Amino acid sequence: MEFVVMSLLNGITYGLLLFMLSSGLTLIFSMMGILNFAHASFYMLGAYFAYQISTWIGFWPGLLVAPLVVGAVGAAIERYGLRRAHRFGHVAELLFTFGLAFLVEEIVHLIWGKVAVDYRIPVELDGTLFTLFDTSFPIYKGFMMLISVGMLLALYMLLTRTRIGLIIQAALTKPDMVEALGHNVPRIFMLVFGGGTALAGLAGVIGGNAFVTEPGMAAAVGSIVFVVVVVGGLGSLGGAFVASLLIGCIQTFSVAMTLSITDVFALVGISLPEGSQVARLTITQLAPVLPYVLMVAILIFRPRGLMGARES
Amino acid sequence: MNSALFPRGRLLLWGGCLALVIALPLVFKSGFMVSLLCQMGIMVVFALSYNMLLGQTGLLSFGHAVYYGLGAFITMHTLNLIGKDGSPLLVALLPLVGGLAGLLAGVVLGYVTTKKAGTTFAMISLGIGELVAACALMFPGFFGGEGGVSGNRVIGKESFLGFTWGPQVEMYGLIVVWAFLATVAMFALTQTPLGRMANAVRDNPERAEFVGYDTQRVRYLMLILSGFFAGIAGGLTALNYEIVTAETLNAHTSGVVLLMTFVGGIGFFYGPIIGAILITVMQIVIGGMTHAWLLYFGLFFLFMVLMAPGGIASVIAVQHKLWAAGLFGRMLPHYLVTALPVLVLLAGLIGLIEMGYALLAGEGVGAGDTATRIMTVELHLNTPGPWLAALATAALGLALTRWIGGRTRVAWNASLSTLHGDKT
Repeated sequence: MEFVVMSLLNGITYGLLLFMLSSGLTLIFSMMGILNFAHASFYMLGAYFAYQISTWIGFWPGLLVAPLVVGAVGAAIERYGLRRAHRFGHVAELLFTFGLAFLVEEIVHLIWGKVAVDYRIPVELDGTLFTLFDTSFPIYKGFMMLISVGMLLALYMLLTRTRIGLIIQAALTKPDMVEALGHNVPRIFMLVFGGGTALAGLAGVIGGNAFVTEPGMAAAVGSIVFVVVVVGGLGSLGGAFVASLLIGCIQTFSVAMTLSITDVFALVGISLPEGSQVARLTITQLAPVLPYVLMVAILIFRPRGLMGARES
Repeated sequence: MNSALFPRGRLLLWGGCLALVIALPLVFKSGFMVSLLCQMGIMVVFALSYNMLLGQTGLLSFGHAVYYGLGAFITMHTLNLIGKDGSPLLVALLPLVGGLAGLLAGVVLGYVTTKKAGTTFAMISLGIGELVAACALMFPGFFGGEGGVSGNRVIGKESFLGFTWGPQVEMYGLIVVWAFLATVAMFALTQTPLGRMANAVRDNPERAEFVGYDTQRVRYLMLILSGFFAGIAGGLTALNYEIVTAETLNAHTSGVVLLMTFVGGIGFFYGPIIGAILITVMQIVIGGMTHAWLLYFGLFFLFMVLMAPGGIASVIAVQHKLWAAGLFGRMLPHYLVTALPVLVLLAGLIGLIEMGYALLAGEGVGAGDTATRIMTVELHLNTPGPWLAALATAALGLALTRWIGGRTRVAWNASLSTLHGDKT
């Protein structure tokens, strides 16, 4: 029981963080039709910017400033890079973001070095929020949940309750019509891209010190975020939400399970032959592969994802 | 294009290239050059196999290293399996085993990946790539864990026609033979009905289906064949380095082959060859000179995506057309004049990047080193002097490039419209 509740809490925390990344990615995808390969790079930039700002003026200003800086960088990249690549088609755009991810990692190497930086949780948030079945739940995880949920509510309100949100939603499906009505669609694209990258930056600010801030973090999270977006269904925010929580829970549960494949089969009454390397693998060892297995399975049996509207 | 597969001009070109690659190690005898040439040969095959997907079938794959890596691992295990009983002839045939492994992997994995084209294919190929790479770390028995699997390519008592494959030059000979055969085969494939249908499926899948072809089947076949040639390249790597690590099938390797192919040019058969040779040389030569190599590579790649999305091959093709129309002479002075400010701009940028690296991440000299030597000039990086100089050079270069580049663009557009027969 204790294991289930704690893993569930951890899984939801991680899943919400994933959703902050995948929501931006999904918005950008549904608007521009491109998968932003560099999305996790903005997550990494958020963490590093927040680290740098926290060494100068502390964590709390960084929480606000770092995502804004990341968003500004993202908007500038859209304006001066992506928009140009857009003229050469989708492949060129995809490759542009791919090259960008490569470049950002190198720039991080250059500025902050190849090893992890000491980006810490602020002392105010260092401690135990509550204790459940003798296991403590840290304040910082609660804080992460708070920020993520708050952000998501704000995003939801922005998209459904404001004028700019309605224009964005309209531009998602009928950009030409929106343009004909006198709105500057390229500028909306730039804002959405900037907003999406700012969300990724915010995820980096609160995720960087919960996990570790190092140059490999973009690649580690990046492929998981892609899995989330594909499993949820390309272009579906609701799907991305469900898939984020699902993948978050799968990852936290599987890491803590010591059952081996032999044991799993034994549960249903099949005994596997002893000695094979595959049969001795534990769920923990399989943990890194499970999201990809899920993704491949989804793509085979339900190519549009859990809640995707279109199949492309 | 001629209807015959190998008209005289093409035979001459291919023969000339073959003669050149055979002559190269006779001129450049140093061990460094020979191993560089070996690496090039392998990468040419790998990049060409990748272009069967991206260029010819329009499938953007982020997991091509899977076929390359599996080919390499199977080859290495086969080499260790035949062990002492083998002969150099068997070793020479081993890349075929790698090819078959790649083909088999293509049959299994391709069935899943090629169901859809476009973005979905790109995503699944990425997922499968990550899946296989993660598996490689889970099964140390087969993939050798962190240390990889190693072997020895010199086996058997007698030699095969005087070859034991021990010296690097002999290995180069083997690579040339395999690379040449694979290149001819891949080129011949582009001329077959399957190769042509692949182009049709790339350009207009709907119409291809109306004509009566199953686009999924065409993609599947192309992926299997592409896996075969990638496997051959993998087999050659295994023999060449005598060690295979999990790195050969991870996302980094998939990324590098994508970058190579794209930079070379995906629209032309010879594009990936140029890309593979250029990037390998840059990787080894520039990579040996500066820590900032990957940064330059990334910048170069972004520059190519934004400025010449057709790759180097398309740039060459346009120049060839201008030459044929007698317009190249008109453009040449413009090229030379533009090159000058671009060089100034590059000098400034390289100065900034190199000083940045020396100050922040200078590994060899110790991070935070404030004095560094660039081109035998001692620079004090804690003073603003060198930074201002580099910044001013870059700014001057940028201004001049914009100014002169604008005039070149006018001349360029004029030449192009003459070429295309515009009277306006």
